[in-house]
Amino acid sequence: MAEKRPDYILFDRNTKAIVYGYQAAPIQRMLDFDYACRRDTPSVACIVDPTQDGYHKCFWGASEILVPIYRTIREAAAKHPDADVLVNFASFRSAYPTSKEALETDTIRTVAIIAEGVPEHRTKELIHIAKQRNKWIIGPATVGGIAAGAFRIGNTAGTIENIIEARLHRPGSVAYVSKSGGLSNELNNIVARNSDGVYEGIAIGGDRYPGSTFLDHLLRFEANPEVKMMVMFGEVGGLDEYDVVEALKDGRITKPLVAWCIGTCSKIFPTEVQFGHAGARAGAERETADAKNKALREAGAIVPDSFDDFDAKIRETYERLVREGKLVPKPDIEPQKVPMDYADAVRLKLVRRPTEFMTTISDDRGEEPKYCGVTISEVIEQNYGLGGVLGLLWFKKKLPKWATNFLEMVVLITADHGPAVSGAHNAIVAARAGKDLISALASGLLTIGPRFGGAVNDAAEYFTFYHDAGYSPDFMVKDMKNKGINIPGIGHRIKSVRNPDKRVELLKEYARKHFPMTPYLDYALEVEKLTTTKRENLILNVDGCIGILCCDMLRSIGYTPEEVKEFVSLGALNALFVLGRSIGLMGHVMDQKRLKTRLYRQPWDEILYLMPDKPEEVK
Amino acid sequence: MAQRGIREFDGKRMLAAHWSTYFGQLPAYPGQVVLVAPDTDLDALPKEHPWLTKQKLVVKPDQLFGKRGKHGLIKVAETYDEAKQWIAERMNKEVTIGKVTDKLTHFLIEPYVPHEGEYYVAIKSDRDGDTIYFSNHGGVDIEEVWDTVVEIHVGVAEDINQLDIESRLPADTPADKRKLFADFVRGLFKFYRDLAYAFLEINPFVVSDSTIVPLDLVARLDDTALFECGDKWGYITFPAPFGRRFTKEEEYIKEMDEKSGASLKLTILNPKGRVWTMVAGGGASVIYTDTIVDLGYGHELANYGEYSGNPSTSETYEYAKTILDLMTREKDPQGRPKFLLIGGGIANFTDVAKTFTGITMALKEYKERLKEANVRIFVRRGGPNYQEGLRMMRELGKELGVPIEVYGPEMHMTRIVNLALGSAEEAAQGEKK
Repeated sequence: MAEKRPDYILFDRNTKAIVYGYQAAPIQRMLDFDYACRRDTPSVACIVDPTQDGYHKCFWGASEILVPIYRTIREAAAKHPDADVLVNFASFRSAYPTSKEALETDTIRTVAIIAEGVPEHRTKELIHIAKQRNKWIIGPATVGGIAAGAFRIGNTAGTIENIIEARLHRPGSVAYVSKSGGLSNELNNIVARNSDGVYEGIAIGGDRYPGSTFLDHLLRFEANPEVKMMVMFGEVGGLDEYDVVEALKDGRITKPLVAWCIGTCSKIFPTEVQFGHAGARAGAERETADAKNKALREAGAIVPDSFDDFDAKIRETYERLVREGKLVPKPDIEPQKVPMDYADAVRLKLVRRPTEFMTTISDDRGEEPKYCGVTISEVIEQNYGLGGVLGLLWFKKKLPKWATNFLEMVVLITADHGPAVSGAHNAIVAARAGKDLISALASGLLTIGPRFGGAVNDAAEYFTFYHDAGYSPDFMVKDMKNKGINIPGIGHRIKSVRNPDKRVELLKEYARKHFPMTPYLDYALEVEKLTTTKRENLILNVDGCIGILCCDMLRSIGYTPEEVKEFVSLGALNALFVLGRSIGLMGHVMDQKRLKTRLYRQPWDEILYLMPDKPEEVK
Repeated sequence: MAQRGIREFDGKRMLAAHWSTYFGQLPAYPGQVVLVAPDTDLDALPKEHPWLTKQKLVVKPDQLFGKRGKHGLIKVAETYDEAKQWIAERMNKEVTIGKVTDKLTHFLIEPYVPHEGEYYVAIKSDRDGDTIYFSNHGGVDIEEVWDTVVEIHVGVAEDINQLDIESRLPADTPADKRKLFADFVRGLFKFYRDLAYAFLEINPFVVSDSTIVPLDLVARLDDTALFECGDKWGYITFPAPFGRRFTKEEEYIKEMDEKSGASLKLTILNPKGRVWTMVAGGGASVIYTDTIVDLGYGHELANYGEYSGNPSTSETYEYAKTILDLMTREKDPQGRPKFLLIGGGIANFTDVAKTFTGITMALKEYKERLKEANVRIFVRRGGPNYQEGLRMMRELGKELGVPIEVYGPEMHMTRIVNLALGSAEEAAQGEKK
């Protein structure tokens, strides 16, 4: 149990609360308030969240602290017996059972219910339990309340700037109770500007049956010697204000009370027909704001003629109390400065910081991710296709249709070359070893390089080098022969001049028809003329053709030879091969899994064993 | 929301549906009752409800207003055809009940029940529990015979089964009906609590062949209990109060409000009024309206409305446009200025500059019409980023050439009402001179 306080004090500078619901923003706001008030310790003892436990990291001034999270109220209360407030952020569905549990927990004295839409009969049950156990409920349907310089419930009083503006970081002498939480900021402002400030402000919530009433709080304020005057802010509807009228009449309230009930305008609204029922007997007239204001005035409250004089009435009352020596203005204290959140400082352009990372191809921060400035939905709507997306993400260009079609042809052509090639073989072996799809795919992809699939890249490099340097095809053939390098992209196992590769024919035909220019293809075909005179099958093969045409495509869309070279060196052509071949590799992996093939083991008779009888001994 | 009226039809439907659960031992109320809406095919109804053509019927509107007998709106029809004709003559026709006029759109048909005594029972919620009201003199305005009513309060934690209802019924309860009534009241109370009623009044109920039949029923449900009681309620609607009709613009804002997570409300009180409000926040909007009325300008007040709950820029833009359009449709016939009060309290977390963006867009669009209608604008608002919001408004004033006065939290919230209406007063004085 917390240290014994007088009954009329619900919150002081040592109050600790359990926050039900993982609500990072209000928790931080509570801590920032505590810090500004120069509390010794944070007011949030712990968090209860039925879906997780552990710790929540938040700020205490400029440093970071951990607030424990428990799954149940019981555990939280057992570990933090000094926390006697539960700030309940549970939804309207679970507000009842959680508040009930809290009220039945011995160490918890006050439960603030934030949720709107708690069924009335449930609230009534909670009120009954609270009354029996001598507990307090604030809410439902409220922002909560604030004890200036001491404790703040959740989001009450808004931003820290507003709190300091309204001097809520230190207590004044005026306590108020209001139905509306939305207006509590305005009340804080009015009180701060017309007196020495708020001592405590409670918003009891907009429901028909608030867990605690105007009178409950006014009687607390009456009993508290620190409170010198009180403010009440009622509303049209309900009859709770009349309990206050009674208390004024029978002397339970003696401190000056400035009161106003809003909704005096209701008389000019088209009214709903009243049916003759038991409720109407009480007289709907009594529920109007005018009737309540009149009754309060007659009972001795200080009631303005309209809200417009509300500020003046508070000021008059305050100044009168000061004059009469009944109120000694509370001192102003400098708040402890709460550091600004980094995100806010950035938004306000008060700080800057170099970035660690950069990108020029896409952005995922808006409502929809964009590829090089184009939203994904636009990509779909405008039929960018796979080639168009490659254009956006690889080339950062919106490519013409002839180019995107070409890129797609390349993907289709390179998709698969059967199970025997290194990539597919590796993928199959990995799949058969029980590895998952991604591992098996990676195993296949890792074979792509200088020997397997690398001809596309190499062909592009060599042909563009000799062409761009101004060397003749004849020179290229001789030069490479002298260096002892087979020309990449030239030669086929079976195909020859008389038995041409259909794929190459199709690619060439497409390029001639659609590409604005084909300088590298033209050059390569001159080279092919020379090589095929030496041997029939030294034709431009499909890998070479792809590599060369890719370079032609780049030149056609405006790249300079230097830019083409850079692009090739980035691995862009290998990338195209990887993209296409991944389709086939994944097909093989899924195929193997579907067939439930077993672990692959190379048969002994396919391996030549040349192990020596014993190792050579190194002396 | 909270407590909301339901149709008599739905109350009776629920009673019949749950009769065996709550009134098990009592002869069952058959719940023969039909609701007729404008699109109901009256000729097809008897197929589904054969009893309609086999007996004398009672027909009455079912639109959340009472005292129907006094307004000649209860018909005892000898035949179904007669009932049909009576409805046809009244469907979609306007009637005036008290001070309110609206169209008749929903009617209830049920069998005529011959009976002798008429009895009264009601249950009403209060903070500590619920109170049962019972009288043997139902069927009349109960307030005229209130001294015959007994009240039985049942506390929140009390069990109605443990209460001796029978002995607490009024002394003039017929001896042979005491047990029946006590059982009925007990069952009705459990029904009321289990189904989250906030108010239930049956005036009267009668006994016909030892079966209790509710003749007239009025009820309110606590609609927040939907998640607990929805299954027991069945399909239910909460009709708008009788007499609450919407103009095109109100309907537009209402639709926007229903689709949005934010709150947008508009009620037009007097389209020729010269004082228009556009206020952020439910409480603040009431206070502005109060102040206009309290300062004696209720007759000039054109609208009530509020926006809150962090509306998007496009929502505040549409909202502002709707109001600006209404207020600039015609000039004041006497050439006096009109006033637009863009008010609000101190926001908790809403970015004031952001919400003003939509409003300034609309104001720019209505620049010429604002000038033509001689509109003067007064702004007061506080909260996060309010300085920027107010600066935007001041700049806008220069750009539009429309007088805009702009204030922050340093000024009392409603003082702009005084400023606007004070300037109206001055202008009027000036003219007289």
